[in-house]
Amino acid sequence: MAEFLTGYAWPTILIVLEILAIIVPLLVGVAYLTYAERRVLGAIHLRIGPNVVGPWGLLQPLADGLKLATKEPIIPSGSSKVIFLMAPMLTFLLALVAWAVIPFNKGWVLANVNVGVLYLFAISSLGVYGIIMAGWASNSKYAFLGGLRSAAQMVSYEVSIGLVIITVLLCVGSMNLSDIVEAQRKVWFCLPLLPMFVVFFISALAETNRPPFDLPEGESELVGGFNVEYSSMPFALFFLGEYANMILMSGMTSILFLGGWLPPADIAPLNWIPGVVWFALKIAFVLFLFLWVRGTLPRYRYDQLMRLGWKIFLPFSLIWVILTAGFLVAFDLLPNA
Amino acid sequence: MAFLDKTARSFFLVELLQGLGLTFRYMLKPKVTLNYPYEKGPISVRFRGEHALRRYPNGEERCIACKLCEAICPAQAITIEAEPREDGSRRTTRYDIDMTKCIYCGFCQEACPVDAIVEGPNFEFATETREELFYNKEKLLANGDRWEAQIAANIAADAPYR
Repeated sequence: MAEFLTGYAWPTILIVLEILAIIVPLLVGVAYLTYAERRVLGAIHLRIGPNVVGPWGLLQPLADGLKLATKEPIIPSGSSKVIFLMAPMLTFLLALVAWAVIPFNKGWVLANVNVGVLYLFAISSLGVYGIIMAGWASNSKYAFLGGLRSAAQMVSYEVSIGLVIITVLLCVGSMNLSDIVEAQRKVWFCLPLLPMFVVFFISALAETNRPPFDLPEGESELVGGFNVEYSSMPFALFFLGEYANMILMSGMTSILFLGGWLPPADIAPLNWIPGVVWFALKIAFVLFLFLWVRGTLPRYRYDQLMRLGWKIFLPFSLIWVILTAGFLVAFDLLPNA
Repeated sequence: MAFLDKTARSFFLVELLQGLGLTFRYMLKPKVTLNYPYEKGPISVRFRGEHALRRYPNGEERCIACKLCEAICPAQAITIEAEPREDGSRRTTRYDIDMTKCIYCGFCQEACPVDAIVEGPNFEFATETREELFYNKEKLLANGDRWEAQIAANIAADAPYR
């Protein structure tokens, strides 16, 4: 019995608590990201944004969540019901499981796996399945078009994201996310690899279906894209998954390029602040960039999107991988060499 | 040279950054939002809002049942019935406006020879039922009593221009 407690039950409870400690702040973050989005867009439009529910409108996300939860989930009669209901769950699930390998501080990571980057890359590629399933199972032309667009778009931009990640890996010599952060002690990768940082950020916008690449949703021509037929909690799960993905991509950006939990400089007042705060601040900054871009740019045309992905980002990042590798070899800077 | 210039511009994202700079400047500008139920925008003295029937200062109702407003109303929203009162003056016994038909053109107040029917400055008279929007004489006179000060001021302010 004692062996069962110490050997099995206690570690399980501990892991569940650790998972809750990641997911609860994440979901709160998602809720307040929707609030922040509306306030930032409001500010850009010279409006105020939601400010009535609670002090400064801070309870608005809760009110929205409650509204969605109390609505009726409608399942279209022509839909493939099991897949129709599985799609939002899958989207939401994949947005959450990716957080297992994210290091929040030195040693603060649920699963410190050595292929963390590959794991993240795999999970974010799987994310497209939720959208394809939703588009197909809805049995609606708008949802179907949205799903198709999303599939093509995510595949195209995954290629350049992969090449950007390879560039970072060349400079680190490890796929462990904690090692990647530690490798940025001297200088954050966003400075020496600035062009790759920009490519990664823009591809992240496309990967999360954010404006100016929000063609899968495309309110103006596809009504609402892959999620037109969804209502109530299934819709809320899509929404949560999408925003959790945004936070995940921001987390990846800060780990790969902005030094993760490291302070900007290792000097007195800055390194007193705990690393998790720095990490949260960097995520918040990248998320602000997401919202700022949404408030600035109009949506791409679909052929322009494909041109950017295949004809510009792919060759550009390929050339940059070769340049970086050549530079590292020529000046004998390769890590672990 | 133009090709180089264009390529350099697109590679350094010059125009995107300019756009981002513009939106950032806008983010810092003061908001133009009116906090509506608590703040309201200015309205013209000629504003055509909710109808009212006015009275003379001595309390006598102005309307003389000439039915010009009923005749001119393009939506046929006004219904008037009239009879001589006991003192022999001509007054309405019924003055109804169907506010769901009214198009707020203001012809009734233009037609009125005694400034009795007017469209006042009030625009917040939404109701929860349709029936509440079938105004009768009593309701219109009550509106007149309620808004008289502002209506009179508006008519006085507009007088030099007509």
